[in-house]
Amino acid sequence: MASKQKKVRARTPMPLQDPVARGSNFNEVALGYTREQAILEAERCLQCKKPLCRDGCPVNIDIKGFIGRLVDDDLKGAYDIIRKTNSLPAVCGRVCPQENQCEGVCVLGKKYEPVAIGRLERYVADAYAAESACEEVTDLSTCALENEHIKVACIGAGPSSLTVAGYLAGRGIKVDVYEALHEPGGVLIYGIPEFRLPKSVVARELDGLKALGVTFYTNWVGGKTITIKDMLDQGYNAVFIGVGAGLPRFLGVPGENLVGVFSANEYLTRVNLGRAYDFPEHDTPAYKARRVVVIGAGNVAMDAARTALRMGASEVSVVYRRSEDEMPARKEEIEHAVEEGVKLRCLCGPLSFHGDNQGRLKAMTVQKMELGEPDESGRCSPVCLDGETEQIQCGMAVIAVGTRPNPVLLEASPELELTQWGYIRADPETGETSIPNVFAGGDIVTGAATVISAMGAGRRAAGEIASRLL
Amino acid sequence: MGYTILVKEELIPGQTTMMVIDAPQIAKKAKPGNFVMLRVGEKGERIPLTIADCDPDKGTITIVYLVVGKTTAEMNKLKQGEELMDVCGPLGRPTHIEKSGTVVCVGGGTGIAAMHHIAKGHAAAGNRVVAIIGARSKNLLLFCSELSSFCPEVRIATDDGSEGHKGFVTEVLQDILETEDDIAEVVAIGPVPMMEAVCRVTLPFGVKTTVSLNSIMVDGIGMCGACRCTVGGKTLFACVDGPEFDGHQVDFTELKTRLWQFKKQEEESMELFSKECRCNG
Ligand SMILES: Cc1cc2nc3c(=O)[nH]c(=O)nc-3n(C[C@H](O)[C@H](O)[C@H](O)COP(=O)(O)OP(=O)(O)OC[C@H]3O[C@@H](n4cnc5c(N)ncnc54)[C@H](O)[C@@H]3O)c2cc1C
Ligand SMILES: Cc1cc2nc3c(=O)[nH]c(=O)nc-3n(C[C@H](O)[C@H](O)[C@H](O)COP(=O)(O)OP(=O)(O)OC[C@H]3O[C@@H](n4cnc5c(N)ncnc54)[C@H](O)[C@@H]3O)c2cc1C
Ligand code: SF4
Ligand code: SF4
Ligand code: FES
Repeated sequence: MASKQKKVRARTPMPLQDPVARGSNFNEVALGYTREQAILEAERCLQCKKPLCRDGCPVNIDIKGFIGRLVDDDLKGAYDIIRKTNSLPAVCGRVCPQENQCEGVCVLGKKYEPVAIGRLERYVADAYAAESACEEVTDLSTCALENEHIKVACIGAGPSSLTVAGYLAGRGIKVDVYEALHEPGGVLIYGIPEFRLPKSVVARELDGLKALGVTFYTNWVGGKTITIKDMLDQGYNAVFIGVGAGLPRFLGVPGENLVGVFSANEYLTRVNLGRAYDFPEHDTPAYKARRVVVIGAGNVAMDAARTALRMGASEVSVVYRRSEDEMPARKEEIEHAVEEGVKLRCLCGPLSFHGDNQGRLKAMTVQKMELGEPDESGRCSPVCLDGETEQIQCGMAVIAVGTRPNPVLLEASPELELTQWGYIRADPETGETSIPNVFAGGDIVTGAATVISAMGAGRRAAGEIASRLL
Repeated sequence: MGYTILVKEELIPGQTTMMVIDAPQIAKKAKPGNFVMLRVGEKGERIPLTIADCDPDKGTITIVYLVVGKTTAEMNKLKQGEELMDVCGPLGRPTHIEKSGTVVCVGGGTGIAAMHHIAKGHAAAGNRVVAIIGARSKNLLLFCSELSSFCPEVRIATDDGSEGHKGFVTEVLQDILETEDDIAEVVAIGPVPMMEAVCRVTLPFGVKTTVSLNSIMVDGIGMCGACRCTVGGKTLFACVDGPEFDGHQVDFTELKTRLWQFKKQEEESMELFSKECRCNG
């Protein structure tokens, strides 16, 4: 077979901002492929008869199809294919953990490096937006509301709700999105930093939705300003709940409420939503320290660590109780963090925080660990090394050890059935909750997961809503 | 789409201001004890302010704020008819109000405004409300006549003795607790040291004491933990578990420490703002 004999070229590298320079700015780190680089990379795809990649994508993008169009230099064709199943391609191309999804199962990856699917998806979304200058996305006539008597409300404006809104608005249904914060976008706005996902990219996607007739009501808190019952009473034919899981977990160790100890959500919200990197031009302040410790090893921890560096810390370490191999963050984020100078202190578990006489953090004590047998998660569990502790000097600590369901809406809606872990119980096929015509999806159903899985849930619920209402 | 300031009244010029804001969706739901998070403009910080009153029919809420830093100073430059960019609410758990007998409501400084909505709620529930309000001087007392309209008794304490008792509200409270033995509850809202002192006074009498904590907040909907405080040995979030708590369980020392976390930046911000104000006339 021709393809087997073809010499497989190495993956086209992603142009990056210089690691030293970027340590002190908030500009995007990964610069994106040029047209030539994109076509070069697209040509590596084998156009498999049975493409495994598609099943690896939670929203089943026709990956082979869009890459084929790219090879033919048909940008619009490629974009149309992606948009059929993914309403936020510029976002996903940037933040999906591709190594566990589409790229993780690409056939090329068995012997060589997989096709850089995420980078290509990002290229298509960015290049198309630049070329069409939003004409296609915002041309109102293409998306006139045909079924205006039918209306759907979404609570929360994260990726799950945005997907529901895009899907339904595209079918002529009026969608109103109610968001508690003053900007829509969910974690894409308040959590994931500018240097990884520029706000302008999210704004572009939101503009596209607005052009489709979606209305965003910011400062509306579901359960407080408006309840689910109010919405049904006001004539919404269906309600989608996508309020996320942002309630921070703390460690429960001594000294945790000292000045200088923050949840990752607080730290990132101040810097991202509050634009504290531009203080005092913007009013929201962020705490500063020379030595910063981040506890945890997921995407959130990496984002906090890299943010602290950019906010001027001279030493940032990530404290994690297992080893580097077990770190749950996207591989690329760990690599970028280390390149920028973030230290990984693995096999250390937090024991306590210590303050000065004014209640300000000055050090933390960690317990040294070693790896034991794999636990239920399949990862090796950390085991304490008796008596081996270490003190780390630090003026700020950021805790990024996971989150729980956002509480406000759930407390105000006792009729919503929850799981034993406190998340909303929703039908896995349709997303419907214990209240008829009220659906839920994303982190509030699964617990903290990924952008694309939240979007997948939004898509399934939207499909069900559309089939009932149209 | 902003939130129009329908009425602005400087209760104490340059220091304490009341605003009536057009926010029908919030007015419809607001209960005593609730607060809003607001932002003055595009680059502003989200700050929490108590809903001091609301009128669901007119669709308005009332806030009363003390000018302490950049955001409140910026608000004070806005005129009647202008808009606040964001107002979000009503947030927090409403005050637990039931018919229980006599309730003593203690308010200090700007806290009198917040206390006023709660006192009104207790009166509406059929409780006998005794209000104690305190300030440094007579001209700094707020909401006196409003309180008198539904409280059979409004007791006053001023530091300089220019009106009512010369001294602290806690002394007036002590006096009431010693002479009346059927007090169902004491509610205290004001500066942290005042609330702490009230709790010290009520503890030996074993009277239920409710305080409203003004910890630093970011989102106000339970997503950041900035507002966390220790109550009864447990870490709770003031914005969703409170802001009202059993005062005898609150770790006030921790609260005070956490309130000055950002002192340096707050001062920097304010200094810049004052300079700009001077430049622009
Ligand atoms: C720092 C950080 C980095 C991450 N990095 C990645 C990554 O690289 N790749 C990846 O795939 N995933 C990543 N994730 C996870 C991903 O962002 C989430 O899984 C995803 O955003 C969940 O989407 P959602 O729609 O369920 O909710 P969210 O994005 O959480 O949005 C929920 C929205 O609802 C609002 N809300 C809450 N309560 C109410 C209410 N009562 N009324 C109205 N609105 C309400 C919130 O303000 C929020 O805007 C990251 C998460 C964080 C925090
Ligand atoms: C639930 C609640 C209700 C409140 N109600 C009222 C009220 O009705 N009237 C009133 O005058 N004040 C009220 N406050 C306090 C008010 O929020 C602060 O005075 C205000 O944030 C000061 O902002 P600034 O920018 O003007 O001052 P800054 O210079 O920023 O700060 C001055 C001081 O205010 C406090 N503060 C600063 N930022 C915040 C923040 N984001 N959240 C909370 N506190 C902060 C700090 O202690 C700080 O030292 C309330 C606070 C809470 C938590
Ligand atoms: S959406 Fe995510 S998983 Fe799907 S193809 Fe794109 S990068 Fe891969
Ligand atoms: S599995 Fe890989 S090589 Fe095959 S079609 Fe998908 S991207 Fe191309
Ligand atoms: S203000 Fe963020 S959790 Fe209370």
